[in-house]
Amino acid sequence: MELLMAIVAGILFTAAIYLILSRSLIKVILGTGLLSHGAHLFILTMGGLGGSAPPVLLDGVTEFVDPLPQALILTAIVISFGVTAFILVLAYRTYAVHKTDDLNSMKGNDEHD
Amino acid sequence: MINLLLFPIIIPFFFAIVLLFFKEQVRIQRILTVIGLSASIAFACTLIMKVKQDGIQTLTLGSWPAPFGITMVSDMFSVLLVTSTLVITLFVVIYSFSSIGEERERFFYYPAILFMITGVNGAFTTGDIFNMFVFFEVLLIASYLLIVLGGEKRQLRESIKYILVNVISSAFFVITVAYLYSIVGTLNMADIGQKIADIGQPGIISVIGILMLLVFGIKAGIFPLYFWMPGSYAAPPVPILALFGALLTKVGVYAITRTYTLFFVHDLAFTHTILMVLALLTIVAGCIGALAYFDLKQIIIYNILIAIGVILFGVSQMNEAGMQGAVFYLIHDMLIKGALFLIIGIMIYVTGTSNLREMGGLIKTHASLGWLFLIAAFGLAGIPPLSGFVGKLLIVQGGFEHGQIFGTIVILASSLVVLLSVIRIFIYAFWGEPVPLQPTNRKTYKHMMFPAVILVALSVLYGVGTEWIFPYVSDAAHVLLDPSSYINAVLKE
Amino acid sequence: MKKNNVILQTTAKVTFFIIFLFSIHIFFAGHFAPGGGFVGGLLTTGAIVLLLLAFDLETVKATLPFNFTVVIGVGLLLSLGTAAGSILFNVPFFTHAFAHFELPLFGDTELHTAMIFDSGVYLVVVGAAITIIQSIGGDE
Repeated sequence: MELLMAIVAGILFTAAIYLILSRSLIKVILGTGLLSHGAHLFILTMGGLGGSAPPVLLDGVTEFVDPLPQALILTAIVISFGVTAFILVLAYRTYAVHKTDDLNSMKGNDEHD
Repeated sequence: MINLLLFPIIIPFFFAIVLLFFKEQVRIQRILTVIGLSASIAFACTLIMKVKQDGIQTLTLGSWPAPFGITMVSDMFSVLLVTSTLVITLFVVIYSFSSIGEERERFFYYPAILFMITGVNGAFTTGDIFNMFVFFEVLLIASYLLIVLGGEKRQLRESIKYILVNVISSAFFVITVAYLYSIVGTLNMADIGQKIADIGQPGIISVIGILMLLVFGIKAGIFPLYFWMPGSYAAPPVPILALFGALLTKVGVYAITRTYTLFFVHDLAFTHTILMVLALLTIVAGCIGALAYFDLKQIIIYNILIAIGVILFGVSQMNEAGMQGAVFYLIHDMLIKGALFLIIGIMIYVTGTSNLREMGGLIKTHASLGWLFLIAAFGLAGIPPLSGFVGKLLIVQGGFEHGQIFGTIVILASSLVVLLSVIRIFIYAFWGEPVPLQPTNRKTYKHMMFPAVILVALSVLYGVGTEWIFPYVSDAAHVLLDPSSYINAVLKE
Repeated sequence: MKKNNVILQTTAKVTFFIIFLFSIHIFFAGHFAPGGGFVGGLLTTGAIVLLLLAFDLETVKATLPFNFTVVIGVGLLLSLGTAAGSILFNVPFFTHAFAHFELPLFGDTELHTAMIFDSGVYLVVVGAAITIIQSIGGDE
């Protein structure tokens, strides 16, 4: 099961890197979203998938799941939710000002202003 | 008052929230920000005294026992950084009153700064590796807002790059924490340090060490991960640039220092050699940039790189002199970079350009600015008795003690390049034929000069008063070199 | 361009309250069962977004006349206040307290200070999400 999850996380990373390397800004943002999903899945896998019962609540449970990775993932999801929302707003504003979402035309430095 | 060590984090946070209610009243925002920062400084100073007297302060949130809850730890290193962060922010805020413009002030400028300080101080204080990630995100999200504030065309373009780089580095941070958790099964930094000592740092831990260097290196801007910094930092207005340059890169340096003195200390020949080589390459890259540009902002930004290289070189020596030098130089660099950015901000305000070629003869009209810049420049280059000297001397001593003759010579040579790069600014901007200046308001100019003068004065005092400051610095270095004291303080064994 | 959205508008008026009540249920279910402030807040945001789809921004602003920045502030204050309350009792920050109470109508109820913290989270999520949506949806 861990192996399968690791492969899934790997596929997510692959897709994310493909998208991040593209020229379109919106694809890059989707890529960062996939990247953080891959990272979250990766925490879950790395925490170990053994056990199925929730910890703490019931007495006499021996095969319980490790709650810490889930808490970490929840925190990380909330953070990536906030950042993705912010970056989408920013991408929209950038598109409105620059009239393009092609990252190639956003290169440049002072001389190009 | 067992919660004392949290006050420098909570108070800026509280004032940031309160400021959200006063979006339109810029005056109230200014007053509240200054009050909040001053109160935080008072508490931070109390905390320094407390740490000096009673040793490392720890607190585990929510009354959980130590390795399970989130532990906050104030040792001398973190509390010194917290205090200098607050002091610099206070003066940058005072500087922004007359320079940032009401449009930005209305749009959550001060709350964003205070949220960022919450994140910075939290990252300095936390003793939990995932909590450090959370505080990194707090300061990053606030910095995203600050870098884009105002919404100029160039700012939007650069902030997209800044955010993308940081989002990817955050994903790497999460992945690194996942690896670490799968091996040691804990997130408490003291506990991690102990567990790694128990298993004796097998190869996989060194891999994680390099991953951490990658994550924090992107934030700190070490070679070859600094590629985003010159472009992104030059985009926002000067006060924001001063905060970023003085504080944000230093958080990365702090994180590298902490992890490379607490976790990865059992295979120095591998991890710390890589750190040292990268530090030296960072210095070389910074030197090239600092000499190549004719843009005021770029020259000082590349000087940040040189300073980061020097500090990390000191850390990588892992001996007493090197570590003391690194701590001393870190705080010196925060003060002097803050001051220098404010001064070049005034120069840009007076001349209306940041291009050195279009400046000249400022000494005839703005003599005090010129001498102030010269003092700051000498301080940056480390001319005795100014503050850069002692730190660099100790780092050089540490390098020789460790037998790194070549690296130490690079450090010494870099001092000359730093001096050359800032003196070049002085020659181009203050000597020569006067050029026509922007019409400026004398009062605004005076208001901008005040915080810059105080910061330069502080850095001079920091250099002249080394005698009194040194016990604190040596305490900080002592804890860094002896991880067991940190671990014992947290786990109370 | 005026679109004919009668069906969407009529159902949205009803569905909004169903989603909103469900979000309150999810919010109170938190702590021991899945749920809590974050999910509840997102559900409420979903309900408001439904209104935004059915009607336009001005109508929704008139119906829900909150300044959502202030909502974020109130939420943060609630959360910070709950956590900082422990400073008064000189116990570590974030220490929570809970007890059982006999309440009329509810019977034996467990009240937990985490509840106040979570309501702060709820307000922050609603405020932040709506602020973001308004800032994009606002200009055309």
